[in-house]
Amino acid sequence: MAVGLSGVAFGAAAVTAGLDVAQACVLSLLTFTGASQFALAGAVGAGGDLVAAAAGALLLGGRNTLYGLRLAGLLRPRGPRRLLYAQGVIDETTAVTLAQPTEQAARTAFTVTFASLYVTWNLTTLAGAVGTSFLGDPGVLGLDVVGPATFLAILWPRLAASARLRTLAAAAAAVALAATPFFPPGVPVLLSAVAVLLVVIR
Amino acid sequence: MTVWWAVAAVCAGCYALKLAGLSAPQRVLDHPAVRRFAELVPVALLAALIAVQMFSERGALAFDAPRTAGLAAAVVALLLRAPFLAVLASAAVVTALVRVLLG
Repeated sequence: MAVGLSGVAFGAAAVTAGLDVAQACVLSLLTFTGASQFALAGAVGAGGDLVAAAAGALLLGGRNTLYGLRLAGLLRPRGPRRLLYAQGVIDETTAVTLAQPTEQAARTAFTVTFASLYVTWNLTTLAGAVGTSFLGDPGVLGLDVVGPATFLAILWPRLAASARLRTLAAAAAAVALAATPFFPPGVPVLLSAVAVLLVVIR
Repeated sequence: MTVWWAVAAVCAGCYALKLAGLSAPQRVLDHPAVRRFAELVPVALLAALIAVQMFSERGALAFDAPRTAGLAAAVVALLLRAPFLAVLASAAVVTALVRVLLG
């Protein structure tokens, strides 16, 4: 359900940003990782540099690599199945899968979560994109806050667990906002990764 | 057309990143620097993405009171340990309401 709301918000954000319905749907079908999609749409909408926008989206997608590493030991995918499973490696499936007591339960949980999220995310993206291209401004429904609220909800458990991560998040947000007036959209989000180096060095 | 290139690059790249994780040898995870970097970078990027989507418009800093109220509602919902859907719904509803009230 919540993923459905995010999907509608993504479809709406993408069309508002100037992507067409087909581009929004291709992103949800093939990228299938919300934060990267929102990052790309946001930077495109702000008239940003496309290379920086794509690079920011890819850096965000890098966390799925870590999820894949952690899931590989549980799912033990072989051959063509690995190619299929790979598309399902995202925040939500990882959280659900790692919470299971046995390997068998983990595999079932992964498959079920992946399938239901994939269907929901893509149908709601289509609905949000088509709805926005017919109805216009999604801001009336408050949909423009759903993206940031989604990221905050993803981030929350990590912020709640560690003061160091809270400092990092605040520093990264400050770096991105300070850079916003001086760099094309997409670049400030990339620059925030610099905050990581500061925290690591300390 | 150029937007399609960016879309294609992001689609291909994000899939490759997922597949790389499933295919890489497990001992990569034993490397502490990899672990730390992989844990910290997403936190920084997500925080930056929230900040930029909240407080900038078309490449300039901007403050939108209804959207800020909506995110504050999300924070309250998260503090109350509300489910994911309630967090998103309260953010959207508060934003929409404040927008109506402020005209």
